[in-house]
Amino acid sequence: MTTATTPTPREMTVIYNREDKIFRGIVTGGALTSLVVLGLIGLFLFLRGAQVFNDKGISFITGVNWTAGTGDGAILDDFSIGAMLVGTIVVSLIALVFAFPLAIGGALYLEFYAPTRVKKPLVTLLDLAASIPSLIFGLWGIEIFTRFGERWAILLSKWLGWIPIFNVQFENFGRSPFIAGCVLASLIVPITTSVAREVYSRTPRDLVDTCYALGGTKWGAIRSVVVPYGKSGVIGGAMLGLGRALGETVAVYLLLNLVFRYNFRILESEGGNVASLIATKFGEATEYEIKALVAAGFVLFLLTLVVNMTATTIVQRSTPRA
Amino acid sequence: MTATIAAPERPVAEPKTPWSPTRSSRIQTFTTLLIAGIVAGVLVLFTGVAGLDGFGVTFFVLSLALAVIRTARLGSKERTDMLMKVVVTSAAVLAFTPWLSIFGSVIFKGYVGIRPNFFTQDMGTTVPDDYLEFGGAIHAIVGSLLMVLIATVVTLPLGILSGVYLTEVRGRLSFLVRFVVQSMSGVPSIVAGLFIYTTLVFATDTFSGLAGALALAVLMLPTVARTSEEVLKLVPEDLRSAGYALGARQWRTAFMVVIPTVRSGLTTAAILGIARVVGETAPLLLTSLSNTVVRVNPVDGPMASLPTYIFGYLQIGTENAVLRAWTGSLVLLFIVLVLFTLARRFGGKDKR
Repeated sequence: MTTATTPTPREMTVIYNREDKIFRGIVTGGALTSLVVLGLIGLFLFLRGAQVFNDKGISFITGVNWTAGTGDGAILDDFSIGAMLVGTIVVSLIALVFAFPLAIGGALYLEFYAPTRVKKPLVTLLDLAASIPSLIFGLWGIEIFTRFGERWAILLSKWLGWIPIFNVQFENFGRSPFIAGCVLASLIVPITTSVAREVYSRTPRDLVDTCYALGGTKWGAIRSVVVPYGKSGVIGGAMLGLGRALGETVAVYLLLNLVFRYNFRILESEGGNVASLIATKFGEATEYEIKALVAAGFVLFLLTLVVNMTATTIVQRSTPRA
Repeated sequence: MTATIAAPERPVAEPKTPWSPTRSSRIQTFTTLLIAGIVAGVLVLFTGVAGLDGFGVTFFVLSLALAVIRTARLGSKERTDMLMKVVVTSAAVLAFTPWLSIFGSVIFKGYVGIRPNFFTQDMGTTVPDDYLEFGGAIHAIVGSLLMVLIATVVTLPLGILSGVYLTEVRGRLSFLVRFVVQSMSGVPSIVAGLFIYTTLVFATDTFSGLAGALALAVLMLPTVARTSEEVLKLVPEDLRSAGYALGARQWRTAFMVVIPTVRSGLTTAAILGIARVVGETAPLLLTSLSNTVVRVNPVDGPMASLPTYIFGYLQIGTENAVLRAWTGSLVLLFIVLVLFTLARRFGGKDKR
């Protein structure tokens, strides 16, 4: 057999005339608005919050108190978000711990186990779930889920109470980080599942078939081919979910008591996160307190931006574009 | 052109699928599930294990046990396979249950308040806990529509330009634009609200529907931009080449060939963007707040919207107020559902 040589395409030089240059300029400008907006968000939040950063320094992030001063000097303004940052991370991690296995299970089920007849409606349901507003998750959380969550919390504290994080001081199990975390988990499962499914569906089919041909079981194929192949993409998807959980406002606002204390006891009914702090305090805040809230928003913005950029990089690297 | 030769009619053999479960294994699976279900049901009814969650846990444990029994003769590999099948399926069920529960409870609790007056009256003269025959959410619905409309008008051109940049201009900044759009989609909604607050609300010293709409636009842009890119990528390269070959400039090719080809895809982009922001609450709490009467001027003070309506009445907490919140949620969820269906319908058109 002779090897056919495909002729290499001729080098093309493109010269854009004035019309096209204008067109390209406008389009480039339009495309850069997202960059500009993102920059402006950071800039304005930083500028308006700068005074607080200046006053408090690093203790804005490490301190616990959020006390509005009385104005006459009897009580001084003392705003810091340490407790809320810890709360944000605690709630998001709980959400991630629950959501990650469920999302992996869901994605594997949809890609490998679901009968064709079931698969299609389930995928539709998954896409639809991703567009349920978080407010409705919050509503469902307090009105429906809390009953179940409290029961699980009671069982956890009864049997695992000797582990510090499951320890409780007061026998009051509602509105805890645990329950908020569970609801946030169901909120981030759709996004994580979608990414995981996308990644798993790109597993080279012949690798999987080879596994079967060698006499492997379905789980054998999944464990030795599919899961390793999709590892980084799935981690990226989980981080996208984490980013969503970190910035969630209303669901957490509705499900958690805002208490300014470092709280690692997840069944205790106290907690909060930065986003719900902003929503809670915004209404009756003094001028200086608003600045502190904006500063808190800036910290949240940076936190989610870092998480999201990392996640995006990982996902983009593991799902190469066609 | 060569004439196409019709393939000879030949009886097509049914493809064999040796991996699909046989009849006996199907019956076995069914019996296993039935046994697990009945035993779990009995346990829930007559012992301390209680509730739907108790049933689920018992069912799961029993299924695992039965899986071990079923594969007793087949060896450890088969056993692991069967056990993992149970685990994966259970995880999927557990992942999907909350969403079904949400749809169920919103419909079940919300339909009580679905009355004509909910769509014709506002809350101007009604106290929150009044009977559901009085007052409604027309102000919130109008407010939501208006804000979403403004957000769409602002966002759609920008989003499409961003898509056109990535697929037509293909400039040096493509990677950056794509990256920024993706990162921007992760900006917390409350931060978008704060941004508009520190700029527009701060400058004009008024909360307004316009401010709310712009906060929504910030959240909408990434979705529209990304979807636009996805659909514009579907345009075959041949169409562009044909445009150039006919002597059209790049801008003419883009506007008269490429964009019209994916018109319905771009509609999908807009719809998905709307669905993304129509339920956003947090940014509106900082920008458009809420009011109780119909307001159509977006720069004339606070403006209610469905999310802030739901949020507000939920906060009030009395029985009828909470019912109003549920009904609002039902309407909101219905809107999202309609948008979703529309997006699917339009999205299907350009594919081929």
